[in-house]
Amino acid sequence: MAETKWGMVVDLDKCTGCQSCVVACQSENNIPINTEDIFNQRRAIEWIRIERYWEGEFPNVKARYVPVLCQHCDEAPCEPVCPVLATYHNDQGLNVQVYNRCIGTRFCANNCPYTVRFFNFWEPEWPDSLKNQLNPDVTVRSRGIMEKCTFCIQRIRRVSKNSKSGEKTNERDLNPACTNACATDALVFGNLNDPESKVSKARSKGEKRSYKMLEELGTEPNVIYLKKVEKGNKQENHVH
Amino acid sequence: MQEHHHRTDKQINKELLSSIFATPKWWPIATLLCLIVYLTGMTAFGYMLNKGVGVTGLNRPVFWGFYMVNFVFWIGISHAGIMISAILRLTQAEWRRPITRAAEVLTVFSLIAALQAAPLVHVGRPWRADLWVFPYDFSRGIWINVKSPFIWDPSAVMTYLTASTLFVFVCLIPDLAIIRDRTKGIVSKIYGFLSLGWRGTPVQWKLQIVAGILLSALVLPVFVSVHSIVSWDFAAQIGPEAWHSTIFAPYFIIGAIHSGVSAVATVMVVMVWLFKWDKYITSDHLDAIGRLLIIVATAWFFFFFLEWVYALYTLEGPELAMRQLQVFEMPWSALFIVFVITAYLFPVPLWLFKKVRRNFLWMFITTISVNIGMWLERFLIIVPGLMRKQPLMFSWGTYSPSIVEILMVAMTFAWVLMGMLLFARVFPLIPLFDIKEGMVGRDEIKIGRAKVPASIRE
Repeated sequence: MAETKWGMVVDLDKCTGCQSCVVACQSENNIPINTEDIFNQRRAIEWIRIERYWEGEFPNVKARYVPVLCQHCDEAPCEPVCPVLATYHNDQGLNVQVYNRCIGTRFCANNCPYTVRFFNFWEPEWPDSLKNQLNPDVTVRSRGIMEKCTFCIQRIRRVSKNSKSGEKTNERDLNPACTNACATDALVFGNLNDPESKVSKARSKGEKRSYKMLEELGTEPNVIYLKKVEKGNKQENHVH
Repeated sequence: MQEHHHRTDKQINKELLSSIFATPKWWPIATLLCLIVYLTGMTAFGYMLNKGVGVTGLNRPVFWGFYMVNFVFWIGISHAGIMISAILRLTQAEWRRPITRAAEVLTVFSLIAALQAAPLVHVGRPWRADLWVFPYDFSRGIWINVKSPFIWDPSAVMTYLTASTLFVFVCLIPDLAIIRDRTKGIVSKIYGFLSLGWRGTPVQWKLQIVAGILLSALVLPVFVSVHSIVSWDFAAQIGPEAWHSTIFAPYFIIGAIHSGVSAVATVMVVMVWLFKWDKYITSDHLDAIGRLLIIVATAWFFFFFLEWVYALYTLEGPELAMRQLQVFEMPWSALFIVFVITAYLFPVPLWLFKKVRRNFLWMFITTISVNIGMWLERFLIIVPGLMRKQPLMFSWGTYSPSIVEILMVAMTFAWVLMGMLLFARVFPLIPLFDIKEGMVGRDEIKIGRAKVPASIRE
């Protein structure tokens, strides 16, 4: 078993749908501004998005929030279909995208059941006032290539560069931008193979509520969702 | 039995080379029109190259649209050549003779059209698409991903293109020598160079015939592989609904033959209309191809039906939602009705009548109708499948093509038409030697007192 296997626990009970993870991801990863026009073209790029579902009839309506990001599947459907190996699995369980190698067939995006792969239909542009805020650790992608959530691989790299080999303490403080920004700790990130990591603890604590998205497809996702807790109502609620 | 138009060798030479030695009045106009449409499409492509794939109607989640539909369509049309020239040749169907070359040439041009329809243009960075077929960076040990259907695609299509081009060329050699002998100067030199020193000696004939039969036999596996592989572009995916089906490969192949053979019938009618070759392509030929089409179309319809049965049998929510979208929701429902009528319900019952099968105009209308339907079929498989009627509602989407995509689809049609027109101007579209061989086979020879046909394969 590989030493490190990055994963995430998403506690839907804690998620308030505030979208701060979306904004944090947007600024951390040099994602172009999703204008109204881009949304209308249905070409918005959101590595993490909050899906909002309404449940029940008026007046007993409840809003349900599901953050959806790349599931970093062990059996990722996007990987075998890329003709130029622009996407592959690295030895830390990450599904990585090599921008330089991508030619933009969009095959991977079609084959992703979660539709969390994004294509740069246009050359990305930022207003002048924002040009200096681009993250120097993250490639600015050109048009014509795919991109997706990386679990903020630049942060992982920074920690592994700074830590001595085998040292796990630094890893345990490591968070991607979305997890850092989450006010309610609904997102927990870490090494699933390290029983002492936050993510492993959160997973074992919420074992009874846990499920994986579209599990029946056999993609073996590394993002684990914890169901919402209902007061006095045992009705199950999750997106499958 | 076919009606006999006995033609002497001289008549055959004169009539079938008429398209080369005399330019019909309509020819420059038609070719120019095709060229204009083609160049307009190329301009649209240049615009897309400059601005990005954003100028198309593609979006998330419908990442493939008109380009992919058109690609599958042209690969389908290309099955004409292999069906007519390989299978009918090996089964010694006599009526194939005048149409083998037109079918093979149609194959070559539609394969090139398919290459122009999608793989080279639809990608995000076409200037790097060569890396897709050729190893990316061998010096650093980065190889292509042989697991991807997009790697199987170019190998299948390029194999087919190579085999078809060789086949056209091998069958052209004797005819090229005839043209060489009837031209002068530099033109004669060029034809002479292309005819590889053909003198019509028995050894040369033997080699030519063996090469033809070998090529048609060796190309048979390609007959099954090409469209299977194209179907696996879709069937190997689990993301979109309704594509993950084991029946896709045979279903696509039979659909390809349906549209390909129909296209050949269309080309036959057009050849007679344009070049007045009614002594060579007769109602008998149309009758024969019409009967073949009834079988092919019905086999295709059976697979189409089966695909639906398997889909509905699963009773899976997303699958049913996708089927419901195809049949009950505008505009897909309207397209679906047009597709079923034009691809099967209109032409096939008509083909059951001998009068229709033997009528040039009716065969033209019905076979064009088939190809309208088959284009829509691919559209209705690809786009609604990608619209993701699955539980994650935030990724539901839709698609409508942009003007750039429409122009580039028109471009591929113009390309094939232009290619056929140019070919007809330079090379004979009906194989002279094959017709002559047929005539010899039909000649009556004396055996004792009785006169019998030299060959009774009909």
